[in-house]
Amino acid sequence: MKDFYGVHLDTPFMLGTAQYPSPAILAEAFTRSKASVATVSLRREASDNKAGQDFWQLIKQLNVRVLPNTAGCHTVKEAVTTAHMAREIFGTKWIKLEVIGEEDTLQPDVFGLVEAAKILSEDGFQVFPYTTEDLVVADKLVNAGCRVLMPWGAPIGSGMGLNNVFGLRALRSHFPDIPLVVDAGLGLPSQATQAMELGIDAILLNTAVSKAGDPAMMAEAFALAIRAGQLAVGADPMEPRDMASPSTPIFGKAFLD
Amino acid sequence: MISIQVNSNNLTCKSTNLATLLVELEYADSIVATALNGEFVAQNNRVNTPIQQGDKVEILAPMQGG
Repeated sequence: MKDFYGVHLDTPFMLGTAQYPSPAILAEAFTRSKASVATVSLRREASDNKAGQDFWQLIKQLNVRVLPNTAGCHTVKEAVTTAHMAREIFGTKWIKLEVIGEEDTLQPDVFGLVEAAKILSEDGFQVFPYTTEDLVVADKLVNAGCRVLMPWGAPIGSGMGLNNVFGLRALRSHFPDIPLVVDAGLGLPSQATQAMELGIDAILLNTAVSKAGDPAMMAEAFALAIRAGQLAVGADPMEPRDMASPSTPIFGKAFLD
Repeated sequence: MISIQVNSNNLTCKSTNLATLLVELEYADSIVATALNGEFVAQNNRVNTPIQQGDKVEILAPMQGG
Protein backbone atom coordinates (compact mmCIF):
# COMPACT_ATOMS: atom_id res chain seq x y z
CA MET A 1 0.00 0.00 0.00
CA LYS A 2 1.25 3.48 -0.82
CA ASP A 3 2.25 5.86 1.95
CA PHE A 4 0.26 8.98 2.64
CA TYR A 5 2.73 11.84 2.94
CA GLY A 6 5.30 9.36 4.24
CA VAL A 7 2.90 7.71 6.65
CA HIS A 8 2.17 4.01 6.36
CA LEU A 9 -1.37 3.08 7.31
CA ASP A 10 -2.10 -0.38 8.69
CA THR A 11 -5.39 -0.50 6.83
CA PRO A 12 -6.67 1.51 3.83
CA PHE A 13 -9.79 2.56 5.68
CA MET A 14 -10.55 6.13 6.77
CA LEU A 15 -13.76 6.48 8.74
CA GLY A 16 -15.80 9.56 9.59
CA THR A 17 -16.95 10.36 13.11
CA ALA A 18 -20.25 12.14 12.44
CA GLN A 19 -23.89 11.11 12.81
CA TYR A 20 -23.48 8.05 15.07
CA PRO A 21 -26.31 7.23 17.47
CA SER A 22 -23.97 7.57 20.45
CA PRO A 23 -20.27 7.97 21.34
CA ALA A 24 -20.20 4.34 22.47
CA ILE A 25 -21.44 3.13 19.09
CA LEU A 26 -18.90 5.35 17.36
CA ALA A 27 -16.14 3.74 19.41
CA GLU A 28 -17.43 0.23 18.70
CA ALA A 29 -17.63 0.99 14.98
CA PHE A 30 -14.03 2.11 14.95
CA THR A 31 -12.91 -0.99 16.83
CA ARG A 32 -14.63 -3.33 14.38
CA SER A 33 -13.62 -1.29 11.32
CA LYS A 34 -9.90 -1.41 12.16
CA ALA A 35 -9.82 1.99 10.45
CA SER A 36 -6.45 3.73 10.52
CA VAL A 37 -7.76 7.28 10.21
CA ALA A 38 -10.64 9.22 11.75
CA THR A 39 -11.94 12.37 10.12
CA VAL A 40 -12.82 15.21 12.46
CA SER A 41 -13.98 18.80 12.20
CA LEU A 42 -14.29 22.12 14.04
CA ARG A 43 -17.44 23.89 15.10
CA ARG A 44 -18.59 26.66 17.39
CA GLU A 45 -19.14 25.57 20.97
CA ALA A 46 -20.46 27.52 23.97
CA SER A 47 -18.10 27.51 26.93
CA ASP A 48 -20.62 25.66 29.11
CA ASN A 49 -21.07 22.92 26.50
CA LYS A 50 -18.25 20.41 26.74
CA ALA A 51 -19.44 18.06 23.97
CA GLY A 52 -16.53 18.96 21.73
CA GLN A 53 -14.03 18.50 24.51
CA ASP A 54 -15.52 15.11 25.40
CA PHE A 55 -15.51 14.12 21.73
CA TRP A 56 -11.82 14.92 21.41
CA GLN A 57 -11.00 12.82 24.46
CA LEU A 58 -12.89 9.91 22.87
CA ILE A 59 -11.03 10.24 19.57
CA LYS A 60 -7.67 10.28 21.30
CA GLN A 61 -8.54 6.94 22.88
CA LEU A 62 -9.21 5.30 19.50
CA ASN A 63 -5.49 5.15 18.67
CA VAL A 64 -5.96 6.32 15.08
CA ARG A 65 -4.54 9.20 13.09
CA VAL A 66 -6.86 12.17 12.72
CA LEU A 67 -7.66 13.89 9.45
CA PRO A 68 -9.35 17.25 10.13
CA ASN A 69 -11.63 18.56 7.42
CA THR A 70 -12.78 21.96 6.21
CA ALA A 71 -16.35 20.75 5.72
CA GLY A 72 -18.90 23.45 5.11
CA CYS A 73 -16.40 25.97 3.75
CA HIS A 74 -17.49 27.67 0.54
CA THR A 75 -14.61 30.08 -0.03
CA VAL A 76 -10.84 29.82 -0.20
CA LYS A 77 -10.46 32.18 2.75
CA GLU A 78 -12.85 30.16 4.93
CA ALA A 79 -11.10 26.91 4.08
CA VAL A 80 -7.59 28.28 4.64
CA THR A 81 -8.51 29.86 7.98
CA THR A 82 -10.29 26.69 9.12
CA ALA A 83 -7.26 24.62 8.13
CA HIS A 84 -5.01 26.77 10.29
CA MET A 85 -7.38 26.45 13.23
CA ALA A 86 -7.53 22.68 12.74
CA ARG A 87 -3.75 22.35 12.59
CA GLU A 88 -3.43 24.05 15.94
CA ILE A 89 -6.14 22.06 17.69
CA PHE A 90 -5.43 18.62 16.29
CA GLY A 91 -1.67 18.96 16.00
CA THR A 92 -1.39 17.57 12.47
CA LYS A 93 -0.31 18.91 9.08
CA TRP A 94 -2.92 16.72 7.42
CA ILE A 95 -6.00 18.52 6.18
CA LYS A 96 -8.94 17.15 4.23
CA LEU A 97 -9.57 20.16 2.08
CA GLU A 98 -13.18 20.79 1.10
CA VAL A 99 -14.31 23.90 -0.75
CA ILE A 100 -17.95 23.32 -1.54
CA GLY A 101 -19.29 24.85 -4.72
CA GLU A 102 -22.87 23.67 -5.02
CA GLU A 103 -25.44 22.99 -2.32
CA ASP A 104 -27.57 20.23 -3.84
CA THR A 105 -24.69 17.93 -4.69
CA LEU A 106 -22.02 19.33 -2.35
CA GLN A 107 -19.82 19.21 -5.41
CA PRO A 108 -16.40 20.75 -4.79
CA ASP A 109 -15.59 24.18 -6.20
CA VAL A 110 -12.53 22.88 -7.99
CA PHE A 111 -11.24 26.37 -8.84
CA GLY A 112 -11.27 27.39 -5.19
CA LEU A 113 -9.94 23.97 -4.23
CA VAL A 114 -6.82 24.33 -6.38
CA GLU A 115 -6.21 27.86 -5.08
CA ALA A 116 -6.61 26.82 -1.44
CA ALA A 117 -4.48 23.70 -1.96
CA LYS A 118 -1.62 25.83 -3.29
CA ILE A 119 -1.81 28.26 -0.37
CA LEU A 120 -1.90 25.49 2.22
CA SER A 121 0.78 23.33 0.58
CA GLU A 122 3.14 26.31 0.50
CA ASP A 123 2.39 26.83 4.18
CA GLY A 124 3.50 23.31 5.09
CA PHE A 125 0.14 21.53 5.12
CA GLN A 126 -0.21 18.04 3.70
CA VAL A 127 -3.39 18.38 1.72
CA PHE A 128 -5.98 15.67 1.04
CA PRO A 129 -8.19 17.44 -1.52
CA TYR A 130 -11.81 16.34 -1.84
CA THR A 131 -12.23 16.63 -5.60
CA THR A 132 -14.02 15.22 -8.61
CA GLU A 133 -12.52 12.60 -10.91
CA ASP A 134 -11.59 15.33 -13.44
CA LEU A 135 -8.07 14.65 -14.76
CA VAL A 136 -7.26 18.28 -15.48
CA VAL A 137 -8.23 19.38 -11.99
CA ALA A 138 -6.26 16.49 -10.53
CA ASP A 139 -3.20 17.57 -12.49
CA LYS A 140 -3.53 21.12 -11.17
CA LEU A 141 -3.89 19.82 -7.61
CA VAL A 142 -0.70 17.80 -7.96
CA ASN A 143 1.06 20.86 -9.38
CA ALA A 144 -0.25 22.83 -6.38
CA GLY A 145 1.57 20.42 -4.07
CA CYS A 146 -0.98 17.71 -3.31
CA ARG A 147 0.54 14.23 -2.99
CA VAL A 148 -2.80 12.56 -2.34
CA LEU A 149 -6.00 12.89 -4.38
CA MET A 150 -9.47 12.17 -3.03
CA PRO A 151 -12.00 11.85 -5.86
CA TRP A 152 -15.62 11.44 -4.93
CA GLY A 153 -17.47 8.24 -5.69
CA ALA A 154 -20.79 10.09 -5.68
CA PRO A 155 -22.24 13.09 -3.82
CA ILE A 156 -21.62 13.12 -0.07
CA GLY A 157 -24.12 11.04 1.86
CA SER A 158 -25.87 9.76 -1.27
CA GLY A 159 -24.85 6.11 -1.02
CA MET A 160 -24.93 5.81 -4.81
CA GLY A 161 -21.56 4.15 -5.14
CA LEU A 162 -19.13 4.81 -7.99
CA ASN A 163 -20.86 7.12 -10.43
CA ASN A 164 -18.00 7.31 -12.90
CA VAL A 165 -15.96 4.14 -13.03
CA PHE A 166 -14.30 5.22 -16.25
CA GLY A 167 -13.19 8.48 -14.65
CA LEU A 168 -11.69 6.72 -11.65
CA ARG A 169 -9.93 4.21 -13.89
CA ALA A 170 -8.49 7.04 -15.96
CA LEU A 171 -7.35 8.82 -12.81
CA ARG A 172 -5.63 5.66 -11.61
CA SER A 173 -3.92 5.20 -14.94
CA HIS A 174 -2.87 8.85 -15.21
CA PHE A 175 -1.46 9.08 -11.67
CA PRO A 176 0.08 5.67 -10.94
CA ASP A 177 2.25 6.98 -8.11
CA ILE A 178 -0.21 9.30 -6.34
CA PRO A 179 -2.27 7.69 -3.57
CA LEU A 180 -5.96 7.84 -4.48
CA VAL A 181 -8.72 7.78 -1.87
CA VAL A 182 -12.35 7.43 -2.89
CA ASP A 183 -14.05 9.89 -0.58
CA ALA A 184 -17.82 10.09 -0.33
CA GLY A 185 -20.83 8.54 -1.95
CA LEU A 186 -20.41 4.89 -1.00
CA GLY A 187 -23.38 3.12 0.51
CA LEU A 188 -22.55 -0.57 0.37
CA PRO A 189 -19.43 -2.62 1.07
CA SER A 190 -19.48 -4.10 -2.45
CA GLN A 191 -18.92 -0.58 -3.78
CA ALA A 192 -15.79 -0.29 -1.66
CA THR A 193 -14.57 -3.60 -3.03
CA GLN A 194 -15.20 -2.32 -6.55
CA ALA A 195 -13.17 0.82 -5.84
CA MET A 196 -10.27 -1.16 -4.44
CA GLU A 197 -10.39 -3.50 -7.45
CA LEU A 198 -9.93 -0.43 -9.66
CA GLY A 199 -6.64 0.14 -7.89
CA ILE A 200 -7.80 2.83 -5.50
CA ASP A 201 -5.49 2.97 -2.49
CA ALA A 202 -7.94 3.73 0.33
CA ILE A 203 -11.59 4.37 1.13
CA LEU A 204 -13.00 7.26 3.16
CA LEU A 205 -16.63 7.10 4.21
CA ASN A 206 -18.93 8.09 7.02
CA THR A 207 -22.68 8.00 6.38
CA ALA A 208 -22.80 4.43 5.08
CA VAL A 209 -21.60 3.26 8.48
CA SER A 210 -23.06 5.82 10.87
CA LYS A 211 -26.54 5.69 9.35
CA ALA A 212 -26.71 1.89 9.09
CA GLY A 213 -29.10 0.16 11.47
CA ASP A 214 -26.08 -1.44 13.13
CA PRO A 215 -23.13 0.89 12.52
CA ALA A 216 -20.56 -1.38 14.14
CA MET A 217 -21.58 -4.37 12.05
CA MET A 218 -21.53 -2.24 8.88
CA ALA A 219 -18.09 -0.93 9.83
CA GLU A 220 -16.79 -4.49 9.96
CA ALA A 221 -18.54 -5.30 6.68
CA PHE A 222 -16.73 -2.42 4.99
CA ALA A 223 -13.45 -3.48 6.53
CA LEU A 224 -13.83 -6.97 5.07
CA ALA A 225 -14.93 -5.61 1.70
CA ILE A 226 -12.00 -3.24 1.49
CA ARG A 227 -9.64 -6.06 2.41
CA ALA A 228 -11.22 -8.28 -0.24
CA GLY A 229 -10.63 -5.68 -2.94
CA GLN A 230 -7.10 -5.08 -1.74
CA LEU A 231 -6.32 -8.82 -1.86
CA ALA A 232 -7.91 -9.16 -5.30
CA VAL A 233 -5.67 -6.47 -6.76
CA GLY A 234 -2.63 -8.05 -5.17
CA ALA A 235 -3.61 -11.41 -6.63
CA ASP A 236 -3.33 -10.10 -10.23
CA PRO A 237 -6.85 -10.78 -11.57
CA MET A 238 -7.40 -12.58 -14.86
CA GLU A 239 -8.17 -10.58 -17.98
CA PRO A 240 -11.86 -10.64 -18.93
CA ARG A 241 -12.71 -12.02 -22.37
CA ASP A 242 -15.75 -11.95 -24.61
CA MET A 243 -16.04 -15.66 -25.41
CA ALA A 244 -16.28 -18.67 -23.14
CA SER A 245 -13.26 -20.70 -22.23
CA PRO A 246 -13.98 -24.08 -20.62
CA SER A 247 -12.66 -24.42 -17.11
CA THR A 248 -13.08 -28.20 -17.03
CA PRO A 249 -10.42 -29.97 -19.10
CA ILE A 250 -11.62 -31.47 -22.39
CA PHE A 251 -8.80 -34.04 -22.43
CA GLY A 252 -10.07 -37.44 -21.33
CA LYS A 253 -13.72 -36.70 -21.87
CA ALA A 254 -15.78 -39.79 -22.85
CA PHE A 255 -17.18 -40.07 -26.38
CA LEU A 256 -20.78 -41.08 -25.79
CA ASP A 257 -22.41 -40.40 -29.18
CA MET B 1 -16.56 47.74 28.28
CA ILE B 2 -16.71 47.15 24.54
CA SER B 3 -19.28 45.50 22.32
CA ILE B 4 -18.11 42.62 20.13
CA GLN B 5 -19.49 39.52 18.43
CA VAL B 6 -18.43 36.04 19.52
CA ASN B 7 -19.58 33.22 17.25
CA SER B 8 -22.17 35.68 15.86
CA ASN B 9 -23.58 36.50 19.32
CA ASN B 10 -23.49 40.13 20.47
CA LEU B 11 -21.92 40.68 23.86
CA THR B 12 -20.02 43.24 25.91
CA CYS B 13 -16.69 42.44 27.51
CA LYS B 14 -14.01 44.11 29.56
CA SER B 15 -11.12 42.18 28.00
CA THR B 16 -8.58 44.06 25.95
CA ASN B 17 -6.96 41.10 24.22
CA LEU B 18 -7.97 37.70 22.88
CA ALA B 19 -6.27 35.70 25.63
CA THR B 20 -8.12 37.46 28.46
CA LEU B 21 -11.35 37.28 26.47
CA LEU B 22 -11.15 33.47 26.50
CA VAL B 23 -10.71 33.53 30.27
CA GLU B 24 -13.58 36.00 30.69
CA LEU B 25 -15.84 33.75 28.60
CA GLU B 26 -14.75 30.65 30.57
CA TYR B 27 -12.93 28.90 27.73
CA ALA B 28 -9.65 28.84 29.68
CA ASP B 29 -9.73 25.07 30.24
CA SER B 30 -11.06 24.18 26.79
CA ILE B 31 -9.23 23.13 23.65
CA VAL B 32 -10.27 25.80 21.16
CA ALA B 33 -8.93 27.65 18.16
CA THR B 34 -9.57 31.31 17.51
CA ALA B 35 -10.01 33.74 14.65
CA LEU B 36 -10.43 37.51 14.77
CA ASN B 37 -12.29 39.22 11.96
CA GLY B 38 -11.82 36.16 9.78
CA GLU B 39 -8.10 35.78 10.39
CA PHE B 40 -6.63 32.86 12.36
CA VAL B 41 -4.96 33.85 15.64
CA ALA B 42 -2.57 31.25 17.00
CA GLN B 43 -2.68 30.41 20.68
CA ASN B 44 0.65 32.06 21.42
CA ASN B 45 -0.45 35.26 19.67
CA ARG B 46 -3.70 35.72 21.56
CA VAL B 47 -2.17 37.79 24.34
CA ASN B 48 -0.75 40.18 21.75
CA THR B 49 -3.99 40.46 19.82
CA PRO B 50 -6.07 43.44 21.02
CA ILE B 51 -9.86 43.31 21.04
CA GLN B 52 -11.63 46.41 19.79
CA GLN B 53 -15.17 47.67 19.55
CA GLY B 54 -17.10 45.82 16.82
CA ASP B 55 -14.63 42.97 16.43
CA LYS B 56 -15.89 39.57 15.34
CA VAL B 57 -14.37 36.63 17.18
CA GLU B 58 -14.70 32.96 16.28
CA ILE B 59 -14.03 30.31 18.91
CA LEU B 60 -14.07 26.75 17.54
CA ALA B 61 -13.81 23.39 19.27
CA PRO B 62 -13.23 19.80 18.06
CA MET B 63 -16.33 18.27 16.56
CA GLN B 64 -17.47 15.18 14.68
CA GLY B 65 -16.77 15.23 10.96
CA GLY B 66 -16.89 13.11 7.84
